[in-house]
Amino acid sequence: MADLPMEAQHHHTAPTGFIRKYIFSVDHKVIGKQYYFLAIFSVFVGMILSWLVRIHLVWPNLHIWGLGTLSPAGAPDGVMTPEYYLSLLTIHGTLMVFFVLTTAPQAGFGNYALPIQIGAEDMAFPVLNMLSFWVTFLALCSLVATLFVKDGPPISGWTAYPPLSAVGSDAGPGLGMGQNLWAVSIALFCIGSLLGALNFITTAVDLRCKGMTLMRMPLTCWAWLITAILSLLSFAVLFAACVLLILDRNAGTSFFLPSNLLVNGKLQNHSGGSPLLWQHLFWFFGHPEVYIAIVPGFGVISHVLSVFSRKPVLGYKVVVGCLFAIGFLSFTVWGHHMFLSGMSPYSGFLFSVPTLIITIPATIISLIWLGTIYGGRLRFTTSMMFALGFVSVFVTGGLGGMFLAQPSLDIFLHGTYFVVGHFHMVMGVAAIFGMFAGTYFWFPKMFGRMMNERLGHIHFWITFVGVYCIFMPMHFIGLEGMPRRYSSFVNELMQPLMPVHKFMTIAALITGVSQFFFFINLFWSMYKGPKATENPWESTTLEWTVPSPPPFDNFGGKHPVVYHDAYEYGDVQKGKDYLMQTDPAGQPASS
Amino acid sequence: MGKAFALVLTIITAITVAVLVSRHWWFPEVASAHGAAMDHQFTETFIGAAIGFILAQLGLAAFAWKYGERKGETRPIRIFPGGAKWLIVLALVYVGSEIILLEFVGQKVWAAMYFTPPAADSLEVQVLAGQFAFYFRYPGPDGKFGPIHADKINEASANFFGIDPADPESKDDIVTAELAVPVNKPVNLLLNSKDMDHGFYVPDLRIQQDMLPGMEIPLHFTPTKVGKYDIACNQLCGLGHYNMRAVLEVLSEQDYQKWLVQQASFQ
Repeated sequence: MADLPMEAQHHHTAPTGFIRKYIFSVDHKVIGKQYYFLAIFSVFVGMILSWLVRIHLVWPNLHIWGLGTLSPAGAPDGVMTPEYYLSLLTIHGTLMVFFVLTTAPQAGFGNYALPIQIGAEDMAFPVLNMLSFWVTFLALCSLVATLFVKDGPPISGWTAYPPLSAVGSDAGPGLGMGQNLWAVSIALFCIGSLLGALNFITTAVDLRCKGMTLMRMPLTCWAWLITAILSLLSFAVLFAACVLLILDRNAGTSFFLPSNLLVNGKLQNHSGGSPLLWQHLFWFFGHPEVYIAIVPGFGVISHVLSVFSRKPVLGYKVVVGCLFAIGFLSFTVWGHHMFLSGMSPYSGFLFSVPTLIITIPATIISLIWLGTIYGGRLRFTTSMMFALGFVSVFVTGGLGGMFLAQPSLDIFLHGTYFVVGHFHMVMGVAAIFGMFAGTYFWFPKMFGRMMNERLGHIHFWITFVGVYCIFMPMHFIGLEGMPRRYSSFVNELMQPLMPVHKFMTIAALITGVSQFFFFINLFWSMYKGPKATENPWESTTLEWTVPSPPPFDNFGGKHPVVYHDAYEYGDVQKGKDYLMQTDPAGQPASS
Repeated sequence: MGKAFALVLTIITAITVAVLVSRHWWFPEVASAHGAAMDHQFTETFIGAAIGFILAQLGLAAFAWKYGERKGETRPIRIFPGGAKWLIVLALVYVGSEIILLEFVGQKVWAAMYFTPPAADSLEVQVLAGQFAFYFRYPGPDGKFGPIHADKINEASANFFGIDPADPESKDDIVTAELAVPVNKPVNLLLNSKDMDHGFYVPDLRIQQDMLPGMEIPLHFTPTKVGKYDIACNQLCGLGHYNMRAVLEVLSEQDYQKWLVQQASFQ
């Protein structure tokens, strides 16, 4: 493809029909927005579900309007049963991890911005791109459908450990049809992600415009490229695991099921498998997945911090190296989820070493963010606020990892709220902050209008304080040995912690409500916000050289040529503190 | 805005550190021999983490406070002294020393529990987990457990372990719903599950281990304090997971012998 003249590579003219333009579109910008709105829908549902599970924990007898209609069995008269708590918990986790954290940062923003930032007209395989979105959409439908089947969604958690997930409805409610739909949903999601990953890698490697060397790519592009490689290698394994799970459930195989399994008084007709196999396959995907969720955030935050500090990223090459190191190491640490699983204790020790080593590149990147804002001229836009917030919550969450990485401390902390607090902070909240920073940053480009900064700041402040109020206390009660995934607290250890749980629930409700400032801002600004100029943030990268929103082929038939690095800020030109990548004049700053 | 951010972040940092230092929410008191070493390791990790936490958050706050852009300002930007080099060195020193301290010096707890076999005179107790209860089996005078027959497990006739009455090794086995052990004597649990992935978690004794069907997983410890402790299932096992618990009672040697005789008379 590289041998073809540029003009021959992509010859599409803008479609005119509604369906080809907005539904089955091959335009990466439309697909990026489709992914983005899929994530917005999922995060909205996931957030409501988190309210429901938090409410159930502290006010178990509360009648919740409408819930009885949705699930007469799970919530008779709107009062949730303990098993429905587990069902909703499962869907909350699955939605958030797969359909929010994996879609918006990578497939959403990546699809939208990667081709423009590297000067391409589209992704390498536009039809494949469309296909990956629609497969993901089907996956979402299959997952949401679990809420409407008779005995509700599965109660096995987002990790779906067998035998619970593999033996069928003998094991409990939701484990029949609900678990099947879940497994199909995840298998489809894997396919969508694999197709997307191929596309991202090819695009970043092959379609860079003239002058856009690898080391001139914005860090966002590096992050998306590395995330795509992680996706390609890890989703393939999860796909296989899901197929095996579906076979165990429906075709009588025994990949994950040992013999002599006595479930609900019935001896199961299985033999020869091991539940540990699922754990290995799942976490071989599951740990890189954590980085699939957060690495695009690393890219966005490095980018945004540089733009709004009016300074080059400190140590661009170091960041790229660290991203590679994190990507590689993320495949060597999956066993730290399994220290107490019954696998060899020697492996437990072995897995804990790379787990601690991976904190070296993560620490370097965090310090580089601090070094980047040092001595800058910080502009506190909403996007910048979320970027600063990201650094704070990522460091806080990451330090919890230092405890959990040690098998000897994991003996106490495994399966407690400490773990819940840790991963929500470091991958959930941090990745979401990355998404917010990205939204406030790219919204003018995506929709041609500006978002309201005042609403944005209100949104930031409540969210920032709110997440600390929700997730720090989880760490504390974890230190008391409070197990996670309990739908009710029945003994003397846990009852005294009830006030803390109430505090967290109220904080979650307030933080959740504050997200409406965001939703209102998003949809209002889309139609009523002031028109955006080409380059409202005085940024240097290629997406800011084209109109907002960009034309169908991004560059209006022109072929951009790049002359400079991505982060030329500071005293680079007379009267201007930034230098566009495409500006043939100007002396690049020496950093 | 940067100053507000700095202020809020400093307050959050101060509250977090204050709560941890006050130890208001803290580990239950140790009741096992290896627990003290584990708590020591916790303390060391806390100190390391606190240094990183305070420096990073306050550094972030300080920079946000100091470097905000004022309107029409032409102050030149400043590059971090020495570039990224010193930050890399700092990360290597900070994380490196943590790794050496925690990983290679501090793994004694893990090694003592998992790399070393149980003491020869350990009390062996078999544990069988099922949705949503734990049962315990003592080997009786012969010191041997008969095999578990899954097809003979019958809750209605209280044959929780699937014991075959014809089996000579099973004859003197004692099955209980509560785990009682003598104080200061090593215990070796043999953990089994008949259906799901369960967890055996006793926070006070600093022990935890998953229980998997198809595997018998040993777990040894020495209780050091007489008392009653909660055993909680800590691996999602179904709708009654939150209610799956049992009691671990640590008794004096005398009381333990009495208890055992009492249990035997029920069989």
